[in-house]
Amino acid sequence: MTAEYTGMKLGVLCSGGKDSWFACGLAQKKEEVACLISVRSKNDASYMFHTPNVHLVPLQAKAAGIPLVTVETEGIEEAELADLSRAIRLAVKQFGIEGIVTGALMSVYQATRVQRICRDLGLWCFNPLWYTDPNAYMERLIGSGFSLIITGVFSAPFTKEWLGRAIDREALADLRRYVKTDRITLTGEGGEYETLVLDAPFFRQRIIIRESETEYANYRGVLRISRAELVPK
Amino acid sequence: MIHLVDLSWKAGSLCRDEYVAPVARIVSAAGHPYREIHFSEVPPSGIADADGIVLCGTALKDNAFTEKIQGLASIRDAKCPVLGICAGMEAICLVFGGRLRPAAEIGMTDIRVTQPDPLLGEPRTFTAYEVHSFACEPPAGWLVTAVSDTCVQAFRHPDRPVFGVMFHPEVRNDLVVERFCTLCMKL
Repeated sequence: MTAEYTGMKLGVLCSGGKDSWFACGLAQKKEEVACLISVRSKNDASYMFHTPNVHLVPLQAKAAGIPLVTVETEGIEEAELADLSRAIRLAVKQFGIEGIVTGALMSVYQATRVQRICRDLGLWCFNPLWYTDPNAYMERLIGSGFSLIITGVFSAPFTKEWLGRAIDREALADLRRYVKTDRITLTGEGGEYETLVLDAPFFRQRIIIRESETEYANYRGVLRISRAELVPK
Repeated sequence: MIHLVDLSWKAGSLCRDEYVAPVARIVSAAGHPYREIHFSEVPPSGIADADGIVLCGTALKDNAFTEKIQGLASIRDAKCPVLGICAGMEAICLVFGGRLRPAAEIGMTDIRVTQPDPLLGEPRTFTAYEVHSFACEPPAGWLVTAVSDTCVQAFRHPDRPVFGVMFHPEVRNDLVVERFCTLCMKL
């Protein structure tokens, strides 16, 4: 008996934010997502892997029912790429992935480095959100069942109140206004804000935040989530 | 109507989102209607009613189009301007009798325009995004209009508006695609 072809086996690089999870959803529609790959950086200034709540990726993976491969990195520029390569090789070994999916939007820095690692390892590399229209993307995101909040702000004019705020239509309207008044990028691609996905159309459970605290000063701040759990949808 | 040809290994793949959609966005923003078509669906007689044809790129590891290049033979007789981007340039190169050789560039790269060109402008150096594993050895008689330290970055047919660029203009060099669209409307 021949096994049914379910698509190319892929690993999705996952930071916990909107772009990696939306890319995961796109990949699931066209190929087989065999695992998620997460790199936890100890360096807050990491170019590649810094996100305020990457420690919640395992909970997200559980919510989605997708296996997770995690490695830690000191987050030293360029050296951290060796750790990413190690994580990807681990995913190849454990899940037989043939390619990588990223949520890269416009970052040539990130895309270039992942492309090079994939080439060295003989893997496919997919960036399904690459240079996507920011307005259309944000509309699709909030219109297709994703629930996400802002967990980090790093530029004017974001106030403390943005930390923990859901990105819904009202928030999107405010972000669009900031694009005009403060020249932020709508998607946060310029590093103006970071997000955390709490629910997605393909999640089996959703995430509830039980305990968190904010750190904020001079338009920079993070929502540090210390306790979260899964609840039925 | 500008026709965007998807050269990825299968129709509707993740490559379409990455390599065709960004070009479509530029064409659309420039005010031109467009239609997408997978290379496997290009009729042997060629694409009818096209004002221009763009052969888009595909993933670094995707060379399926080179094994089915005869399906794109109609490009040789296209009555409209044709632009090949990366894999699209490789396809044009093969269709017109040129050859490919292994040569990889990934990331932002210095491109030197070596002679005036309708799409690239006057001789100058600019940076562009590259993702390719092969380089073109252009068909005999074609004009090389730009180079990098590694390979030919742009060429064009000596007599007809058929162009190839190895870099990805849809990343930070929209003007190249916009100029191509303008050219399509003039001819």
